[in-house]
Amino acid sequence: MYEFDWSSIPGALPYLWIGMVMTLKITVVAIIAGIVWGTLLALMRMSPIKVLSWFGAGYVNLFRSIPLVMVLLWFFLIVPSLLVSLFDIPRSYDTRLISAMVAFSLFEAAYYSEIIRAGIRSVSKGQMGAANALGMSYAQAMRLIILPQAFRNMVPLLLTQGIILFQDTSLVYVSSLADFFGTAYLVGSRDGRLVELLLFSGAVYFIISFSASQLVKHFQKRTSL
Amino acid sequence: MNYHWNWAIFLTETPSGSTTYMGWMLSGLEVTLALSLSAWIIALLVGGLMGVLRTVPNRWLSGIATVYVEIFRNTPLLVQLFIWYFVLPELLPTAMGDAIKSLNPFLQQFLAAMVCLALFTGARVCEQVRSGINSLAVGQKSAGLALGLTLPQTYRYVILPMAIRIILPPLTSEFLNIFKNSAVASTIGLLELAAQGRQLVDYTAQPYESFIAVTVMFMVINTVVMILMHKVEARVRVPGGGH
Amino acid sequence: MSQHRLLVAATCLLVSSVALAQDATGTLQKIKETNTISLGHRESSIPFSYYNDKQEVIGYSQELMMKAVDAIKADLKLPNLKVTLTPVTSQNRISLVQNGTVDIVCGSATNNLERQKQVAFSTTIFVIGTRLLTKKTSGIKDFADLAGKNVVVTAGTTSERLLRKLNEDKKMDMSIISAKDHGESFLTLETGRAVAFMMDDALLAGQVANSKHPEEWAIVGKPMSNEAYGCMMRKDDPQFKKIVDDTFAKLMTSGEAAKIYAKWFMAPVPPKGLNLNFPMSDDMIEAYKHPNDMAFP
Repeated sequence: MYEFDWSSIPGALPYLWIGMVMTLKITVVAIIAGIVWGTLLALMRMSPIKVLSWFGAGYVNLFRSIPLVMVLLWFFLIVPSLLVSLFDIPRSYDTRLISAMVAFSLFEAAYYSEIIRAGIRSVSKGQMGAANALGMSYAQAMRLIILPQAFRNMVPLLLTQGIILFQDTSLVYVSSLADFFGTAYLVGSRDGRLVELLLFSGAVYFIISFSASQLVKHFQKRTSL
Repeated sequence: MNYHWNWAIFLTETPSGSTTYMGWMLSGLEVTLALSLSAWIIALLVGGLMGVLRTVPNRWLSGIATVYVEIFRNTPLLVQLFIWYFVLPELLPTAMGDAIKSLNPFLQQFLAAMVCLALFTGARVCEQVRSGINSLAVGQKSAGLALGLTLPQTYRYVILPMAIRIILPPLTSEFLNIFKNSAVASTIGLLELAAQGRQLVDYTAQPYESFIAVTVMFMVINTVVMILMHKVEARVRVPGGGH
Repeated sequence: MSQHRLLVAATCLLVSSVALAQDATGTLQKIKETNTISLGHRESSIPFSYYNDKQEVIGYSQELMMKAVDAIKADLKLPNLKVTLTPVTSQNRISLVQNGTVDIVCGSATNNLERQKQVAFSTTIFVIGTRLLTKKTSGIKDFADLAGKNVVVTAGTTSERLLRKLNEDKKMDMSIISAKDHGESFLTLETGRAVAFMMDDALLAGQVANSKHPEEWAIVGKPMSNEAYGCMMRKDDPQFKKIVDDTFAKLMTSGEAAKIYAKWFMAPVPPKGLNLNFPMSDDMIEAYKHPNDMAFP
């Protein structure tokens, strides 16, 4: 039977913490950028201008049809050289973190835009008509009337998507970025204690995601009253 | 941009001989399809069963299903995969673990990835099944019971046939996800489509061709599955059940 | 096709020996503009380039690379040059050098003609033979004993290709597992998923030194190949390459490199404080005596 030896974890906690900060950084950046870009995409898709709605639909369908692992590899191995050869940008910092953040933001935006589009649709059509009747432009109506209501309805879904994103950030493993999971894996393989470190990291992800999802549920109950 | 495009690379023979790089890609595609489809079948069975259990009026049964869903939905797929592949054989009794580890490596990787994807997706299917059943009017269940059907019979003849039709659209998106998620199996060395693509980059130094080919193949899978599922949905749609 | 390849190989050789005209977008210029140099390192290439228990990168190749960084600092008069470190794997290192993520990788990369088409190699810093690591009790003595067995090798290495070719040519019916990095390869061996791990002998010695029970392992087999390690840089950047090459040549001929060698191969090394006891081979002595950047045939 396997003999557990958890002794490599206490000494590694500071590094695991640094890794968790990295994980949270990517998560937060991707949630914010993803929602902003996702909102724009949703508006484009619903726009009466054909070119915009085609672009929005094409973008969302493209990103929703490729695996996240492939998107991350694209941004890790291909996009940097493409940008360099196109714009000749000298890069003076850790491009892996930036490319991971960009990749997650662009990828998640496709998923967020679907949630947001559904949210906007859920606000009754009459409201737009009423806003127009009051002399508001389309943009004003969206910004002042429709979007605030849509977002209030969507918050739980957006947060749930954020929890999924938090878990998905572990896939930066493919670019050897030392996020929480990457650090745990590294410590485990260095000390020959992969079993313990993998179980530990699974437990940490579970505790955070489970607590967060309970909070979302709680929040959902309160707001729906 | 000074990049030497060379699409003919796919027709070039690989260094170890016997096949072309296109052959590598196609064998990767085969693995991706086999993995996703086998995992999907298990996911439907497990998810269907657990989803029903979550709605039955028995604390223990619904409790088991809830624990299953919470565990598998709140840990990253990658962590789950590594636990199936690296951890499980170590925790089993030594003889059993050794038996697993002396299997053909491809089989080990394939089985670990299949079980992982199946249970991961199963938890999501379970939630769709539950919400499908819950969305049915309570009256349907009462009606079934009032007609003298037992609870299992009510599920079998009244609730499930309706629920399945309602949950088909959300299931389509889970079905699409399983193909995409299968690419994670490349991290344990399974030579599925994404892994073959990376290997091709390593061998040929033609990253663009390889990545474009893999991406296009995933898009084709996605499109084909979507078309098929739309056909299925159209066939089983509840007449007049505008949902 | 093969004629075309020969031509490319010949051009590469020419490029590596003849300095081309000044390139305004060269690596040195980029380093100067950004005051930053991006180094690629390995995570578990013991004792060449790996993490110690404080997550710092250490090792023989890492130390040489830092000497080159010192020379660049002096040459460009950038005393506060910022150094960024990026972990790479055998499978992605060439792509990352090419795409500009890292400027130079000193780890455990074999210099061969095929790779010279993609990247430039520095002066040879090490010479290895590709052999097998196995349990002393496994009964495996050489490559021929691997028929029908599970064998692990690190993805993207020369060993991976040699092993696959051997498997095809001799119809050995081996099941080859390609692991992500040397640490994962060793784990595969240690947990019994494979009976042998094929890799460069010095790296195998490093994995043994880091293992739970070093006495259980043996490095066996007649080397399938002898290979020269070099640092990898972008192609066609003679100024950058020259600084690196000159630094290494000076270290080697002055005897300083021999001291660095002794520190990593003939004395206890982190993390377990084990001595690899890996004396310099004749090829190695020769490489130090006459620094050059030629690939081994």
